[in-house]
Amino acid sequence: MNSILTACSDGDGPERKIQFLHGTTTLAFKFQHGVIVAVDSRATAGAYIASQTVKKVIEINPYLLGTMAGGAADCSFWERLLARQCRVYELRNKERISVAAASKLLANMVYQYKGMGLSMGTMVCGWDKTGPGLYYVDSEGNRVCGDLFAVGSGSMYAYGIVDSGLKQKDLTVEEACDLGCRAIYQATYRDAYSGGQVNLYHVHSEGWNRVSQSDVLMLHQQYQAEKA
Amino acid sequence: MFVTQVYGDNGKMKEYHYTGPVEHRFSPYSFNGGTVLAVAGEDFAIVASDTRLSEGYSIHSRDSPKCYKLTDTTVIGCSGFHGDCLTLTKIIDARLKMYKHSNNKCMTSGAIAAMLSTILYGRRFFPYYVYNIIGGLDEEGKGAVYSFDPVGSYQRDTYKAGGSASAMLQPLLDNQIGFKNMEGVQHLPLSQEKAVQLVKDVFISAAERDVYTGDALRICIVTKDGIKEETVPLRKD
Repeated sequence: MNSILTACSDGDGPERKIQFLHGTTTLAFKFQHGVIVAVDSRATAGAYIASQTVKKVIEINPYLLGTMAGGAADCSFWERLLARQCRVYELRNKERISVAAASKLLANMVYQYKGMGLSMGTMVCGWDKTGPGLYYVDSEGNRVCGDLFAVGSGSMYAYGIVDSGLKQKDLTVEEACDLGCRAIYQATYRDAYSGGQVNLYHVHSEGWNRVSQSDVLMLHQQYQAEKA
Repeated sequence: MFVTQVYGDNGKMKEYHYTGPVEHRFSPYSFNGGTVLAVAGEDFAIVASDTRLSEGYSIHSRDSPKCYKLTDTTVIGCSGFHGDCLTLTKIIDARLKMYKHSNNKCMTSGAIAAMLSTILYGRRFFPYYVYNIIGGLDEEGKGAVYSFDPVGSYQRDTYKAGGSASAMLQPLLDNQIGFKNMEGVQHLPLSQEKAVQLVKDVFISAAERDVYTGDALRICIVTKDGIKEETVPLRKD
């Protein structure tokens, strides 16, 4: 995560850096019954843990979710603006916006600021008339559709768990939720910049609902007990 | 004000080594120290700050509190660069008046927090170097604390410390108010008297170990009956 105002510091000399909130693990994957979204809740400013209770899933509207990775202010501001644009779309067209269109709106908004130092890696997840939708959008200008994404400093650890769990076909809702939860837990275990709680959401045809919020320490004790 | 860049991380002075002639660029920022703390209770909120204003090795003032009253139910604490703190509070006051004139009612704490987020993000590429914490009562009369980063990311908390001694105070609050890292303790709700005493104790500890915190402590207690202010002396060294 880059910090702003490198222009306002001496070249090689001591720098006065303003610390913003960064570090994370977020993931989302499509499965038979919709989309699972799982995130951690730690925000760091340098080596200091600024908060262990950050809401990294942004509720854009009752059927669209956005995740937060990179700069906390960048993600929450632009996704809040996206929520406004989605509402305007609904009023103008008398129907809900598709996930593809919502993610495109976000991508185009931040593309205008490309190179100026925004830091945002987000996944737009929802359910529209074509079924479950999952797009990855970032401040570099990327926008890709996919079935599985993990974003953030702990993403590699999360990919390991989800890739092996998704090999079995046809997960039930409960199995998919457990998989998402486990993946974030493992990422928090190995990544210093992820931790706090695991927030789990499930997006289905009627919209999204918050499945669980589990403290990582509790999950650790639970998994240790299961191993024994 | 001209500031030569001799600050390392966290605003502490770096050791002096002669490295040869170095070109110093003008920095629009300066670090004036200070610590702010806010706690939300069942029907009250406390915002406290020290009153020392420093720069480098000097103390500019021993009586510069960092809590500013916004409405009858909201107080904001701002620490960091004093110039930006002053400008930011002036802008917030102006926006509060505008809202009152357009909507014929006072802004609620939640609304002020959301507005401050957009004000801060408006300067995303030349930020206000201010760490804000808002303390007040929400619409139901319960205590609310909102903490911000310099560019507007915010969330509602039960307690938060910000400013130069925040890394020292936050773990203590996690333990005493959040009951973290303790086993077998009863989670009792925090009474107003206990909260005020805790805030005083916590600042006394901060003044012992942080050079930028000290002189006096200003506590603002927000309840449905209004805002009460208390001043407690701290170490002046």
